[in-house]
Amino acid sequence: MDFLAYEFMQRALVAGILAGILCSAVSLFVVLQRMAFVGVGVSHSALGGIAIGVLMTVNPVLSAAVFCTLVAWAIGLVSKKGKLSEDTVIGVLFSASMALGIALISLAPGYQPELFGFLFGNILAVTRTDLVVLAIASTVIILFLALFFKELLFMCFDEESARASGIPVDLLYFALLTVIAVTVVVSVKILGVVLASALLVIPAVTGYELSRNFRGMLAVSVGCGVFSAVVGLWLSFELNLPSGATIVLCAASLFFLAFLLSPRRGRLQKGTGMFC
Amino acid sequence: MNSPAVVSLEEVCVSIRGVRILDHISLNVPEGSFLAVIGPNGAGKTTLVRVILGLVRPHSGTVRLFGRPPSGPHNQKHLVGYLPQRQHFDPGFPVSAHDVVMMGRVGCIGLCRYPSRADKEAATATLRRIGFRDELITKPIGELSGGQQQLVFLGRALCSHTRLLILDEPTNGLDLVAQRTFYRVVRELQRDLGLTILVVSHDISALAACADRMICLKGRVYVEGTTREVLSSPRLAEAYGTYPYPLNVTLREGIDGFSGL
Repeated sequence: MDFLAYEFMQRALVAGILAGILCSAVSLFVVLQRMAFVGVGVSHSALGGIAIGVLMTVNPVLSAAVFCTLVAWAIGLVSKKGKLSEDTVIGVLFSASMALGIALISLAPGYQPELFGFLFGNILAVTRTDLVVLAIASTVIILFLALFFKELLFMCFDEESARASGIPVDLLYFALLTVIAVTVVVSVKILGVVLASALLVIPAVTGYELSRNFRGMLAVSVGCGVFSAVVGLWLSFELNLPSGATIVLCAASLFFLAFLLSPRRGRLQKGTGMFC
Repeated sequence: MNSPAVVSLEEVCVSIRGVRILDHISLNVPEGSFLAVIGPNGAGKTTLVRVILGLVRPHSGTVRLFGRPPSGPHNQKHLVGYLPQRQHFDPGFPVSAHDVVMMGRVGCIGLCRYPSRADKEAATATLRRIGFRDELITKPIGELSGGQQQLVFLGRALCSHTRLLILDEPTNGLDLVAQRTFYRVVRELQRDLGLTILVVSHDISALAACADRMICLKGRVYVEGTTREVLSSPRLAEAYGTYPYPLNVTLREGIDGFSGL
């Protein structure tokens, strides 16, 4: 494969696969807990965190990680207290954070090419350090999901009963919000602020369409995430298109295909899931 | 009854947003008993359950579950099976009946541990006990009938080291046949496993045929005693504003087809 002859493409491929695995694993719980809009809100609010980092000459990924985590916790706190619904809080915080980002960017002196990379993603500019950060974050997050899988699944299915069983539901919920925030931030360099949330939703929904079992759903989700990253990257190289957008378009195509073939709608199969 | 109390409440008061929901509630649920809690809408029945489970903290009074506070360290929640009010879950949620019952063991397996073969077998045995055939055990929860789903949730409540079963409006929305089946299974479980059962329900007909004791709640305990005593008490009509069941029923001998449970 020609495109792997370049070192930056090799790095891009590894980054794409890592982000594909990470986002699709997290997306299982994002979809089951109905937190898709949380992912959208947190990813868009990353712009505010990145702008703060640029203005304060701090690593933008670090500032975005802190900022996004705070936004995610604020969404959780306000909605859990029942003061406002979750989507209302997200609607306010996500637009306020983006507005803050835009305002701060306009204050930054000179042209900031890095900011546009964060806005739309630039997988080809992934450095060795970015790869290390992505690998560490992926390992920690996947370990967390593996260790608390049964508790998270119970919480997503029936929060009240999980709480009554003595499971620390609030702690797990805020841990999941933190996981979403960190996943968004480490994926932003690859997919961009605008598209980072896409891989937090599309792979798992594709799995949901094709399987009636969470194990099958997870397997399809990870397969979809990795396939989209590899094929999207290759297409972006061949067709000279932005890599983040191509990856998301690949994932969306898989979803539409799954939607049409879904046994849940009984189009092709009745009674059994394709990947049960 | 001289059995030790599984649940014990003393002078428990609960207010939510300034409104007194439970007012000086005292009750004991002896081991092996079948207690029914009835009362009109807004009587505080579900709040009482949530207090017993440690999900709502009372403003005053003490709550003991198996002799210990219901929340905090050394609580005995693993001995409690809880069936909340009928749930409106996503019917497409990708879990089978077996997966749902396995959730009942999550609390006793413990954090950061995976279910063992014994845990999986216990879930299968629980489903068989409540009458599930093999082909239903692996079926997605959303494809089961309402009555079967409720039995699966009952199985989940049983699949821990359950000694106390708390059922909150367990037959809401079920047809009469499904209600009969549900209460027959509950009755058998109590008899075979020696469980203590606490049911909150509007379904006085079914409870009259199952419960040993009954409490009528309306913010405070209006009437308490054996099922017969409570259902024949004039205080019942006072709590509801009218008689909540046909006056010509014969207790334990046939109320709306619930005889012989």
